Amino acid sequence: MSAVWTALLGLGDVLAQHVILSACAIGLGTAVALPLAVWASRSQAVSRGALGFASLVQTIPALALLALFFPILLSLRAVFGPDLPTLGFLPALLALALYALLPILRNAVTAQTNLDPGVLQAADAVGMSFWQRLRIVEAPLAAPYIMAGIRTAAVWTIGAATLSTTIGQPSLGDPIFAGLQTQNWTLVLAGCIASAGLAIVADALLGLIESGFRHRDRRRWLGGAIAVAVGVAAAFASQVDWSRDDGRETIVIGTKQFSEQLILGRLVGDRLREAGYNVEYLEGLGSAVVAQAVANGSIDLYFDYTGTIWANQMKRTDNPGRNAMYNAIVKWEREKQGTRVLGKLGFENAYAFAMREDRAKELGITTIADLARAAPRLVAGGDPEWFERPEWFAVRDVYGLKFARQRNFSPTFMYDALRSDEADVITAYTSDGRISADRLRVLEDPREALPSYDTLIILSPERANDEKLIAALRPLLGSINVENMREANFSVDRTDGEKKTPAEAARALAKASGQE
Amino acid sequence: MASSLAFEGVTKRYDTTEALAGIDLTVEPGSFIALVGASGSGKSTLLKTINRLVDPTEGRVLLDGEDVTTRDPTEMRRRMGYVFQGIGLFPHLTVGENIAMGPRLVGEKLTGERIAELLELVDLQPDMASRLPAELSGGQQQRVGVARALAGDPKLLLMDEPFGALDPVTRDALGTRVRDLHARLDLTTIMVTHDMAEALILAERVLVMDRGRIVADETPQALASGKGGDIAQALVEIPRHQAQRMKELEA
Repeated sequence: MSAVWTALLGLGDVLAQHVILSACAIGLGTAVALPLAVWASRSQAVSRGALGFASLVQTIPALALLALFFPILLSLRAVFGPDLPTLGFLPALLALALYALLPILRNAVTAQTNLDPGVLQAADAVGMSFWQRLRIVEAPLAAPYIMAGIRTAAVWTIGAATLSTTIGQPSLGDPIFAGLQTQNWTLVLAGCIASAGLAIVADALLGLIESGFRHRDRRRWLGGAIAVAVGVAAAFASQVDWSRDDGRETIVIGTKQFSEQLILGRLVGDRLREAGYNVEYLEGLGSAVVAQAVANGSIDLYFDYTGTIWANQMKRTDNPGRNAMYNAIVKWEREKQGTRVLGKLGFENAYAFAMREDRAKELGITTIADLARAAPRLVAGGDPEWFERPEWFAVRDVYGLKFARQRNFSPTFMYDALRSDEADVITAYTSDGRISADRLRVLEDPREALPSYDTLIILSPERANDEKLIAALRPLLGSINVENMREANFSVDRTDGEKKTPAEAARALAKASGQE
Repeated sequence: MASSLAFEGVTKRYDTTEALAGIDLTVEPGSFIALVGASGSGKSTLLKTINRLVDPTEGRVLLDGEDVTTRDPTEMRRRMGYVFQGIGLFPHLTVGENIAMGPRLVGEKLTGERIAELLELVDLQPDMASRLPAELSGGQQQRVGVARALAGDPKLLLMDEPFGALDPVTRDALGTRVRDLHARLDLTTIMVTHDMAEALILAERVLVMDRGRIVADETPQALASGKGGDIAQALVEIPRHQAQRMKELEA
């Protein structure tokens, strides 16, 4: 439990960011919902339209809604210019505010339709103007219901805000996603506790305001309001950068969601800091998002793999061989994306067939060609997409692979399956630490049926010719071999006492690769 | 000086139905008029054309010689009292705040003394001013409604079934009180009611409405003596029959 406690204490910064994001989203949602509710109370069509739209938004999963704002904002750059942020705070704010709209709007509209018509007639009859009626009669009578709506919205928003990590906005989702990827359950638990705790506190304080409104108890609602204001103000204050501008340039490093990417991000980040840069990390970005983000300059650099770019972005299914593929990618990135492939880090994270050493020896298998002969008696395991990917069709056809059975496992359980004889052979990732930890034999591919997955550093168009940056990064090229990367990955993925954070693993990797 | 009213060919049509079918009527200052008729006869609609809760499709309503549609409705309403069956007290405001609402809207603040005086006018204790409407009985609430209507020193008092939801004892007492105030405060009063007995006892002129038209315009005495036509007499027959039964029981 003390480990969770320590992890919780380290969350101050993301907690503050989470509070700011949630507060702004609820504020914006309220600011939009209330005038809309007033309008809706005067027009049936508006009421139906607004509530219908808000309900529709609600049916979109929060994760998808957040992701959708990336292309939306990207297309809005045509109107607002290239400085419009497409990742981070803005899209997270807009998506969450949209999400907060429904409960506030619905409660406000319900409160208005349930107002005693006699009271409204009396308001008109004593000669109230539109604004007087709204301020003196409708607002105070609807306030408790509206507050109940804001309360619901607050709990939803605080929960959904954890997902904004995936579009590069720091939040309490950071420890949760990082923990899920590196199987650091302490971190996941700490993130969940913090976000649930925040939701409970917000719910209690807003509930206090609501009951103050309901019982016309000024002390109660004012107390609640002040407590909320102090909390939000403290979050803002903690985020003000009191230090003066140190004149250093800031480099934003984007990474995908798995351990290897987190480690590489920290490795490069350390290197750049030594070279005199400030470094920011956008960690845990989706695969498609991160590639777009570098092309439009939301991030300055990221890491990708030749085979991934080849199949996913260039939509190619052929395999021209390792060097031809690399050269084609460099050209494609330069011409189509404006980005620069700086070079290869030195290791591959490819798909490869792996077997337990003892089993491979027993069957006499060292290559995929050997495997093909034994395949009809063997069970193959792959990650959920493997048996649908073009790489599988290619290697199957080249070697004539036909297994007795094919099974899908999540990446983590794939290795367990091998250990417990649920599968005889799996499609592992070559830089995965569990290959050496489990003493697996990686089968050779003499006919080069599997494409290469060289790890690349890719620079955004603005950084493509930044000589100072390139000089700082160049020593890293070709410096990381697959054994060292496996070890670093394993040190983060393992679940025993030797487990390291990505930052610690990055320092160890730098040392092992001769960078220090 | 109490207000005068005139209706000139006032017609109100909703989609297919005609709620008011060309009303012509003059109301002398200081008169107490009852509008009587069955549900849907148009009596409430006619009342609401005066304070512009309803605007006529055709024709005009003149208040002290001036067309009401040329005046700002909110400003105009502040100068007339309006009491209706729903009472419509603001539930989140105290009795005192309710009463002081009309003057508050034009930036005047009623003194505690004036609020106490208004409460006394409708037979309520001055210490009620600090209570919330929900703590009062139905009869007390309607009394507050009347006090609120009188707070702006109106010259015109409009009442739409004001006593409809009250028990008979309260109803009688409050009716008599309003009749007194009408005289004392020099008001022109128009009361909508479906109860002919109430109209005969309180008003000095009774208008009977049917399907958007005024079918009788008589004094209570004339109605009691059988004038006003079939529709009016059918309504008068009810209290007359009740009185007769009472007499028979006494005998």
